[in-house]
Amino acid sequence: MLTINMAIAIPFIIAALIPFVYKRFTRVHIGWFVLFVPAVLFIALARYIPAMAKGNTYLRSFDWIPSYNINFSTYLDGLSMILGLLITGVGTLVILYSIYYLSTNESLHRFYLYLLLFMGSMLGVVFSDNMMVLYVFWELTSISSFLLIAFWFHRKKSREGAQKSLLITVSGGFGMLIGFIMLYVMTGTFSVREVIATISTYTDHQLFLPAMLLILLGAFTKSAQFPFHIWLPDAMEAPTPVSAYLHSATMVKAGIYLVARFTPVFGGDATWFWLVSGVGLFTMFWGSFTAVRQVDLKALLAYSTVSQLGLIMSLFGIGSAAYYYDFSTSSIIYTQATFAALFHLINHSTFKGALFMIVGILDFETGTRDLRRLGGLMAIMPVSFTIALIGSFSMAGLPPFNGFLSKEMFFEAALNIGQLDIFSLSTWGVIFPIIAWVGSVFTFVYCLIIVFQTFFGERHLERLERPPKEASIGMLTAPAILALLVVGIFFFPNLIGRYLLTPAMASVYPQLALEGNLGQTISAWHGFNTELMMTIGVIIVGALLYLFRNYWKGVYKLFPASWSLDALYNYLLEQLEGSAYSITNFYMTGSLRNYLVFIYLFFIALAGGTFLYTGALSIDLSGDAPIGIYEGLIVLVMIIAAISILFAKSRLTAIILNGVLGYSISVVFVLLRAPDLALTQIGVETMTTVLFLLCFNFLPDWKKEDAPKRSKALNMGIAVSVGVLFVLIALSVQNGDLFNSVSSYFENAYELAGGKNIVNTIIGDFRAFDTMLEVTVLLIAGIGVFSLAKLKTKKGDQNLEE
Amino acid sequence: MKSNDVILQAVTKIVVFIILTLAVYLFFSGHNNPGGGFIGGLVLAAAVVLLILAFDVNTMQRALPFDFKVVGALGGFIVIATGFGSLLFDVPFLTQTMGEFDVPFFGEMEFSTVTIFEVGVALAVVGVVVTIILSISKDV
Repeated sequence: MLTINMAIAIPFIIAALIPFVYKRFTRVHIGWFVLFVPAVLFIALARYIPAMAKGNTYLRSFDWIPSYNINFSTYLDGLSMILGLLITGVGTLVILYSIYYLSTNESLHRFYLYLLLFMGSMLGVVFSDNMMVLYVFWELTSISSFLLIAFWFHRKKSREGAQKSLLITVSGGFGMLIGFIMLYVMTGTFSVREVIATISTYTDHQLFLPAMLLILLGAFTKSAQFPFHIWLPDAMEAPTPVSAYLHSATMVKAGIYLVARFTPVFGGDATWFWLVSGVGLFTMFWGSFTAVRQVDLKALLAYSTVSQLGLIMSLFGIGSAAYYYDFSTSSIIYTQATFAALFHLINHSTFKGALFMIVGILDFETGTRDLRRLGGLMAIMPVSFTIALIGSFSMAGLPPFNGFLSKEMFFEAALNIGQLDIFSLSTWGVIFPIIAWVGSVFTFVYCLIIVFQTFFGERHLERLERPPKEASIGMLTAPAILALLVVGIFFFPNLIGRYLLTPAMASVYPQLALEGNLGQTISAWHGFNTELMMTIGVIIVGALLYLFRNYWKGVYKLFPASWSLDALYNYLLEQLEGSAYSITNFYMTGSLRNYLVFIYLFFIALAGGTFLYTGALSIDLSGDAPIGIYEGLIVLVMIIAAISILFAKSRLTAIILNGVLGYSISVVFVLLRAPDLALTQIGVETMTTVLFLLCFNFLPDWKKEDAPKRSKALNMGIAVSVGVLFVLIALSVQNGDLFNSVSSYFENAYELAGGKNIVNTIIGDFRAFDTMLEVTVLLIAGIGVFSLAKLKTKKGDQNLEE
Repeated sequence: MKSNDVILQAVTKIVVFIILTLAVYLFFSGHNNPGGGFIGGLVLAAAVVLLILAFDVNTMQRALPFDFKVVGALGGFIVIATGFGSLLFDVPFLTQTMGEFDVPFFGEMEFSTVTIFEVGVALAVVGVVVTIILSISKDV
């Protein structure tokens, strides 16, 4: 059977094949080829569902870098299962949709390559158990999202949106990395499961709180929580399939996944509770409030996504309160919030995915997404209208759609938490249901805006770019399937509850799962209780607000554009660029001599300072071998060559003298019985001499310096101290015993690595990882030189260096 | 480099083959004797550079019609791919293995996955060094 590790690897492998397939099959839309990947993975994952419902989990581990505790271990449990199914399921539908959305004139190979890259990394995020591996995949999703947002890179806004999302999510990712390392320092393991098992003994550790805050930073930036939500609306410059996939269904859920995954670690702590639920709740309100003022349909959906993510986030925060009571029966009631969160996670992906696809269709068929230009399209696009209606009303929390069920559960959770008297909730708890209700009212208003402004009202065909018509069947298939799911889940919610949500609950509450059944029954009708009253209130107030929206729209004028978070972001970015520019200009003088002085001064300060500070400069010559006559002669030659360079009249002489120095070193290596080093030195010396010759071609004529005496003396001082420092370090290295001797490896290199040449066994086997990275660095350097040379030739004769 | 140096060109024609042979020898001897991928690659690059110096870039490109950027990239790919290759056999990343095989005509020979790794190193070195020299020399 297909293992989870393979499931992660497959998208990457197919992505590597895409350029070749694209060249070979020019006639067929390459999407049909890509479509198989998520479809097959979805089926493969779905086959695990019955076993998961019985409570099984699957752990599989590959040793990756065992010496650093980094293993490519995957863990399939209920929580990762839900995300995995979303990634592959929505992925299949989005790719099907994109086949009709993107014409073959676009550079499709890039699009699908990035998309598969994203899919693989996202699967990696949810299935990885090792935090370091999780982090790598996490950043890969940010990078692939960056590439996808900037897919139409000729647009300025696309590039800016991509940059913004990358800056915000990657900075959060760095924070998360530090948090992971702190957890490692505390618990001594990178495995999330082992951390969960042992964390209870470390809750008083001084790193516990910083680690929690940093990991939350990663989660909040990724899931676009206030105040980091500003990147998500700008990310809407991406093609609509990308917005539907990355920026509503999957990538933005990664932060939520992280919070759910780490609830067993940090849950029960007051800071965690207040941060997750408070930030989530405020984001829910702010997102829905801001969404109402939008005129671009995609921007409206972006803010609505922000708001819905906040809702899910706050539910996880509320659910974490169950940990406070150490798994007594009285805490079962608060696990209901987590159940609702997981349920809404699925529901949101279905209705928001459908809505995004419909907005894409509107854009595709009419050429605009502006609400002021759309209207009265119901008769022309009846199928799109139906799907939009289902999606919007589900989001608004109306029956008979799945959003109604999870919205009711959200109200229930908000009401329950108000009655808790821990974390000073007795005073503040009452705000939970209030904010939840106000946010839902605004949600209702913008849902009405989506449906009524677009499909009802007067029709102004002359305002559209092209005459609208209903989309093709192929394009409507994917959103129609999602809309069917929206309705289907309403009627059979307990199917999902039993097979998907209950196993996932066991991942969030592992101990509680052992004691009793965490599963809950979802029912549409609870009688006339407070939750239902709240929903009815939302409908009445929301409808009134929608009808009289022109009277209260002035509220938004209280938040001028110059006071927004976007303005702050732009200001910070400008300041950063400006100060970086001036600092760089300060020391990048364009003079090679200055650069060398910087390098040497830094070296003297750092290396010399370290040696002096640690007292490592101790020279003991007694253990050294005696110096023979040949060594003495060679060194004499080298001294003469080195001093002669200073008095050389032409560049060529200087280069040759420098070569004498280099080749003499290789002779020394031969004398000291290090033939490998000697060979390498000869090769490197030859190459450097050739490079010197090439580069000197570009330098002005060698002429006598007329620098002032003082700067000459300074240069001499620096040169002499660097030389002295090198000699001192070389002599004192012999006495250093800072690290264990590694010679035991080399003595039995033949048994361990099968090579008699220990230099090569070090390069190719013992330290192969270093070599691999060195080769990569070398490649990057080569590409760098190549592109610099190309860049300059492209700019014509204008030489930037002068 | 417009000079027309007959002696250098005549010598180069022969010497390049000697250098190339030496490079291959050094590459394979690296397992048990001095040599190896890095040195082999450097010597290979030296042969290419000698060709460029004695003739010119175009002649070299006619004699060795490779895109050296691709050569370097291929080397990098091989190096990283051998790392992932070991995962297929359920052993840690970059684990190398070797075995002795009875090859007809050559007799008992030892093969090792390190050799594949070293091929990658050598190709990367050749590719990068020649790319750097070519891009600087074309930039006149």
